[in-house]
Amino acid sequence: MSVTYIDAIHQAMAELLEEDPSVFLYGEDIAGKFGGAFKATKGLADKFPGRVRNAPIAEDAIMGVAIGAAIGGMKPIAEMQFADFGILALNQMCNNAAAHYFRTGMPLNVTLRMPCGGTPGGGPYHSQMVEALFAHFPGLHVFTPATVADAYYMMKQAVQIPDPVVFLEHKFLYRWLKADTWQEADPLPIGRARIARPGRHATVVTYSAMVPETLRAADELARTSGYQIEVVDLRTVKPIDTDTILASVARTGRLLVVSEDFPWGGVAAEVVARVASEGLHLLDAPPLRLSSKESPVPYHPDLWKAHRPHSEDIAAAVRYLITL
Amino acid sequence: MKEVGLRAYRAMEMARAFDTKISALYKAGKMYGGVFLGRGHEAIAASEAVFLTKGFDVYNPFIREQAGRCAWGYSVLESARCYLGSTEGCMRGRDGNIHWGVPQDGNPAPISHLGAMVPVVAGMMLAKRMQGVEGAVAVLNIGDGTTSVGATHEGCNVIAVEKLPVVIVVTNNQYAYSTPNAQEFGCADLVDRGRGYGFATHACDGTDFLQTLATMQRAVAAARAGEGPQWVVANTLRMCGHGEHDDASYIPAELKAAYADRDPLLIARRQVQEQGWLTEEEVAALQAECADEVQRAMAQAQKEPTPIPAETDWSSVSWKPSRY
Repeated sequence: MSVTYIDAIHQAMAELLEEDPSVFLYGEDIAGKFGGAFKATKGLADKFPGRVRNAPIAEDAIMGVAIGAAIGGMKPIAEMQFADFGILALNQMCNNAAAHYFRTGMPLNVTLRMPCGGTPGGGPYHSQMVEALFAHFPGLHVFTPATVADAYYMMKQAVQIPDPVVFLEHKFLYRWLKADTWQEADPLPIGRARIARPGRHATVVTYSAMVPETLRAADELARTSGYQIEVVDLRTVKPIDTDTILASVARTGRLLVVSEDFPWGGVAAEVVARVASEGLHLLDAPPLRLSSKESPVPYHPDLWKAHRPHSEDIAAAVRYLITL
Repeated sequence: MKEVGLRAYRAMEMARAFDTKISALYKAGKMYGGVFLGRGHEAIAASEAVFLTKGFDVYNPFIREQAGRCAWGYSVLESARCYLGSTEGCMRGRDGNIHWGVPQDGNPAPISHLGAMVPVVAGMMLAKRMQGVEGAVAVLNIGDGTTSVGATHEGCNVIAVEKLPVVIVVTNNQYAYSTPNAQEFGCADLVDRGRGYGFATHACDGTDFLQTLATMQRAVAAARAGEGPQWVVANTLRMCGHGEHDDASYIPAELKAAYADRDPLLIARRQVQEQGWLTEEEVAALQAECADEVQRAMAQAQKEPTPIPAETDWSSVSWKPSRY
């Protein structure tokens, strides 16, 4: 039997609801027979009456209600229909939830689920990556799972951790990414990056849907050129596992960071900055970045494919990096 | 009514004594940042909070509700600590002036962004409902300016959709900082806003203590009795600047003159005597008692330690990944 990335998220939420009566789900169109725009919550409203709640179309209020419920001792999982609309909840998440522990000493156990990233035909407002926006603010953990097992395990951890967690699930991976099971014998703890593929010629640090894209590039490079690329999956962009990144760069001497986000600032820039300031002596070549284009995410599938890094672009960037 | 009336009146005297003191300290250069007074708001704030039980109900005062904080049960010492950044205070110098609260008591710490606390209070009451708590109510303060903010609209709509026992007190003090009502909203009366959301509505002259007390009693009782959300428009004039840095010279002299004999504290002093609740001597004694308590609170807060940067735990999250 094979399970998908979205099955894993559904399973994790079902278990959380089962295990802890203070967990509830709150978002647009998630209740009733409908079960959410992507069906992540399908069937849960019947199974857990009153604990899968529809919200009015009001993202600031969804997050505000979740914050209030957490102050009141609940563990809400708020859902934004698309991460792009989560930008409307930035004020509540970044000014209110993120600051709460530092200001008052009371951690807020809120989880904000957001389907992020591009799909063909998604267009400018159903495609964006928002991890850097949220990660910028002190007080939030930002999760970006890239495997079925991580989607399950990290969703469960998001609620176990008593602080606000931004859980960015890539909608391109929802039904495309499959595995035999969501169970993993010995999952890596939160905060630790994963060596998705070991290698020695260059390190590619990436996360979310760029992990499978990079693994394809690494396969291609191994097949065509014999290059062995080490792929580091960050798993959580915050906390960021600088140690694993530096250890990999120490082995390979070369660094490329791949992200689906826009190029200005962001996680790719953060990784390069950390390696440059803490491990410049480990580098045999300048560290490189590969991100989406500096334009809004386009609608037409041909434009969209050219806008985001593709495995061929990643392979080309690695080949260039190795010549430096 | 006498018992709650006297508690509310005492809170008004205490708040005015506190405001007088912090204004003097501000002018003497002894305060950090801004100082915000509640002159003209005392009857409203004291009357709304005197019907609540700390630790059971929810109270969300904001800028001009010092009298409400007193009526809810916080000593002026706590307000003094927050202004002065004492580490004995609930905000420990990490936030201050009027941005404080003890969320565990049902008193969330408001952020600066107007309207943001409306959905938060909704979430706190939703949590109580989900936890099976019955009979609790929330009182939430907004002002004429706050009614313009999107977060207010989203939050009020959620409160109405969920039929939560929330009393929203809209204090119309006629000026949002320097902006008069005519430039702030286009509806004839802010009561209409509440009706539009689906709240039961009330209005009172917020300078008339007994009228305000009776109105708040009705609104809180209705919410507690399960009659759903209540909207109270309490009219007054802000009888001070936005903060003590502001001379409010933009408020026309004629308007100030029209309120010259409508200071809610002076009206309350007269009314408690007319009711036979207190004698003139007892009123004078209470004023002296409040002034003394404020003096002691300020003296103590000034002696208390302030945060030491090198010894401060700067963590913005309560959970950290374990090292490996």
